[in-house]
Amino acid sequence: MTHHYDITLTVNGERIDGHVEGRKSLVDFLRDDLTLTGSHVGCEHGVCGACTVRVNGEVVRGCLMLAVQCDGAIVETIEGVSDTGEIADLQDAFERRNALQCGFCTPGMLLTAQELLSQTKNGGKVPSRDDIREHISGNYCRCTGYHAIVDAVEAVAVARAGRSS
Amino acid sequence: MKIVSDLPSPLTALDRPNSYIGRAVPRPNLKRLTQGRAQYVSDLVLPRMAHVAYLRSPFAHARIKHIDKSEAEKARGVIAVVTGPELAKVITPWVGVLTHLKGIKSAPQYAMAVDRACWQGEAVCAVVARTRAEAEDACELIQVDYEELTPVTDPETALDASTPVIHPDLGDNLTFERSLDAGEVDKAFAQSDAVVETTFIFGRHTGVTNEPRSIVADWNTGDQRLTVYQGTQAPHMMQNLFAKHLGLEEHQVRVITKDVGGSFGVKVHTYADEMAVVALSKLLKRPIKFVADRLESFVTDIHARDHRVKGKIGINKDGTITAFEIDDLTGIGPYSVYPRTSGIEANQVVNLVGGPYACPNYRARARVVFQNKNVMCQYRAVGHPIATAVTEGLVDLAAAKIGMDPIEVRKKNLYADDAYPVTAASGIKFEKLSHHAATDKLLRMMDYKALRANQAAARANGIHRGIGFASFIEVTNPSAAFYGVGGARISAQDGATVKLDATGAIFCHTGVSEQGQGAEAVIAQCVASSFGVSLDKVRVIMGDTDNTPYGGGTWASRAAGIGGEAAWQAGKALRENVLAAAASILQAKPDDLDINNGVVVDKGTAKERITLSEVARICYFRPDTLPPGFQAELVATRHYVPRNWPFSFTNGIQASYLEVDVDTGFIKLLKHWCVEDCGTVINPQLVDEQIRGGIVQGLGGALFENCLYDERGQMLNGNMADYLVPMAMEMPDMEIGHVVSPTADSELGAKGAGEAGTAGAPACVMNAINDALRPLGATPMTEMPFTPGRVLRALGRV
Ligand code: FES
Ligand code: FES
Repeated sequence: MTHHYDITLTVNGERIDGHVEGRKSLVDFLRDDLTLTGSHVGCEHGVCGACTVRVNGEVVRGCLMLAVQCDGAIVETIEGVSDTGEIADLQDAFERRNALQCGFCTPGMLLTAQELLSQTKNGGKVPSRDDIREHISGNYCRCTGYHAIVDAVEAVAVARAGRSS
Repeated sequence: MKIVSDLPSPLTALDRPNSYIGRAVPRPNLKRLTQGRAQYVSDLVLPRMAHVAYLRSPFAHARIKHIDKSEAEKARGVIAVVTGPELAKVITPWVGVLTHLKGIKSAPQYAMAVDRACWQGEAVCAVVARTRAEAEDACELIQVDYEELTPVTDPETALDASTPVIHPDLGDNLTFERSLDAGEVDKAFAQSDAVVETTFIFGRHTGVTNEPRSIVADWNTGDQRLTVYQGTQAPHMMQNLFAKHLGLEEHQVRVITKDVGGSFGVKVHTYADEMAVVALSKLLKRPIKFVADRLESFVTDIHARDHRVKGKIGINKDGTITAFEIDDLTGIGPYSVYPRTSGIEANQVVNLVGGPYACPNYRARARVVFQNKNVMCQYRAVGHPIATAVTEGLVDLAAAKIGMDPIEVRKKNLYADDAYPVTAASGIKFEKLSHHAATDKLLRMMDYKALRANQAAARANGIHRGIGFASFIEVTNPSAAFYGVGGARISAQDGATVKLDATGAIFCHTGVSEQGQGAEAVIAQCVASSFGVSLDKVRVIMGDTDNTPYGGGTWASRAAGIGGEAAWQAGKALRENVLAAAASILQAKPDDLDINNGVVVDKGTAKERITLSEVARICYFRPDTLPPGFQAELVATRHYVPRNWPFSFTNGIQASYLEVDVDTGFIKLLKHWCVEDCGTVINPQLVDEQIRGGIVQGLGGALFENCLYDERGQMLNGNMADYLVPMAMEMPDMEIGHVVSPTADSELGAKGAGEAGTAGAPACVMNAINDALRPLGATPMTEMPFTPGRVLRALGRV
């Protein structure tokens, strides 16, 4: 009834061989099979953004992608980008600004914010508060009211633009 | 501030080293959340753990004639298929009533439906399997023979003789009723220059915590203990309930709460499907995990609000409010939720309507009725948004009727800041509120005059903007008067145990818990300040009934005011103990010593005498060198409960500036302001963010959130795509200000701040919309959420 597939992929720089059911979502594979629980599950229908991860450099919803689709792919999760230090400044800004309360949305929010910020680095224009709000509008946060998140992302945008200009 | 006086130092509490009260220090241990290394219950895996999925009733009301589970039992991965009657042998039912809510009644509720399902989504059969997916697969193989019964859905007709009674033993569908008549209401209305009457309607909405409800129960038959990992706000309360209904002693149950992905009151209740999990673990003798999926969350997480309130206000031409009258009707689902009851919200509405205003004439009735819909219970700011919207909506309509500025009407009627203590018409007692100071501050922050000018200029260009206000009162720091007096075993007191470890650092074990509010930081700030160490030397332990003092947990904005005070007192007590030990080592008098930055110093001169790590080393490892008869006590515990006032009432005022697109009905929020008085502000950043988060939850209720049901009791929008919550793009920037009136009930003087935002936001959005639309002759909007369709209807355009 359920078919299994062998897949090989790179997760946070590590080669992984998986044997997964065809119906298994990427986020379930990461959480259940690899115990990478930093990617969260809020809705499993593509609305909340808690499951956000990067596949081949693109931000995707881990609940809308199947694990088998990631055969041969490069997958990065919050644990991976934390360890590489890629978003250390953003994480620091979130902590100082209290841009998280329960923290459940935070891994997805950080990856989504990083997507915007990476487009605007190297002397690029600093996104406006409205730009930031629009960009993170696919990620639910039920705790913060977003204002602090916008503050934190804005602060990093300004700092990064300053550093690179 | 009062916290100055008890400290031995000539410096004030805020000047001392290690004074963290009032400082926006970052929360400790946030890195685990930002790095994806938190431990939510949904992340947890235990050896031999199995997963449960529930087959849920597709009908709002149906008799369960027969369940055929034979096919499901044979399915791959299935460990057990358990029906309601089978589970009822393991766990007893409960009734959600409290004795101090006179006349409240409810029916026994079982962990799973026994012979009848009373709402769409009630669990009727459980499948335990190796994986959740296998459990869900097997659910599809269960055959249930239902006989559909007539559902009761409309609160307006729930009490009619022709409506079936959901629980025949109770006689009717009335859960709870309360009436109040103060002053001379009829006379006041008769003598008023104007009377305004209208009906306010509040949609049903729900919490939508980002992490759904999650629980792992582990009955270990070897040591006869149940360990429950649960994302709950009240671990000790749940310990008591699990023990009680499984027939265990409390010491056989341990509840552990680590990271919780949002709560807002949703996770402070007893859920039948979670009670079923602990029972299944006991039955099957292995760990069982249940994580609600989002679709289940919508039909089983408590819903809230859903009130229809007829309101009436009297006013004189000079702006004096003469009387308030309300009639509130609310439907709560088929059961009053255990153990807090579903009567509290309506009760709170009766308590709070008219609250900020010195008007002695007030009549109220509230009726709470059963329905065949999901249960309703306490959600963030219980009853406050209803009471505030009714009160403030009426005040604005009255102001418009006599042609007075809404702020002038408020200033004329708000209790004077020097009037306290005050007993309001509803009978509740206010220790100290600051409505006028808060209003003045708000008007300065928003530059009211300039904003009115901006509004007028925009209007001249065909842009319709509105300004709305809402004064509010918030109930925080509940004493035993909230639940204890009604017979619920929900601790009103809280405790803190602090200990000096062998290296000079402090451990603080507290009964309050963390769901993101920052309670951990606040407790650390209190202990570090009162004991005298830097913040990084304090480790806070919470959320474990085996390892924390018995306490209430975190709800009703009690963690800082109650848990913080206990921690403050415990820190002081430990300081005395440590100074006694240091004095004995140094052959000095304890009174001549103090602790600064982790070092015992001479009081006054701050000359260093001995480090804490050295005191600890001697006391733990070389007590033989201490004088005979001296026993060092490097642990201290203190408890705290408010005694002089049943609640710390806080107050504040919010303002909203928004724009209505009269062609599409869309509302754009431009800016939001809030001034709040939560007494001593322990951590300004955390308080501001609580208020901001609360405002957005209030804005959600005002503009988007609504659990839609059809007449058969089917929820129509039980998913995140159809149930709208605020997203970043629709939300405004929010400016927060403070007025500080500490409560005299505690040394710290801290009141709560978690409900404030939610309490006032819907009312001030409503008033702002009506302010924007009034010149266009629109019908005043009083039905939430204020959807584009409703806006266009109010304008007569559709
Ligand atoms: S869990 Fe994937 S978007 Fe919500
Ligand atoms: S911090 Fe809780 S959902 Fe964003």
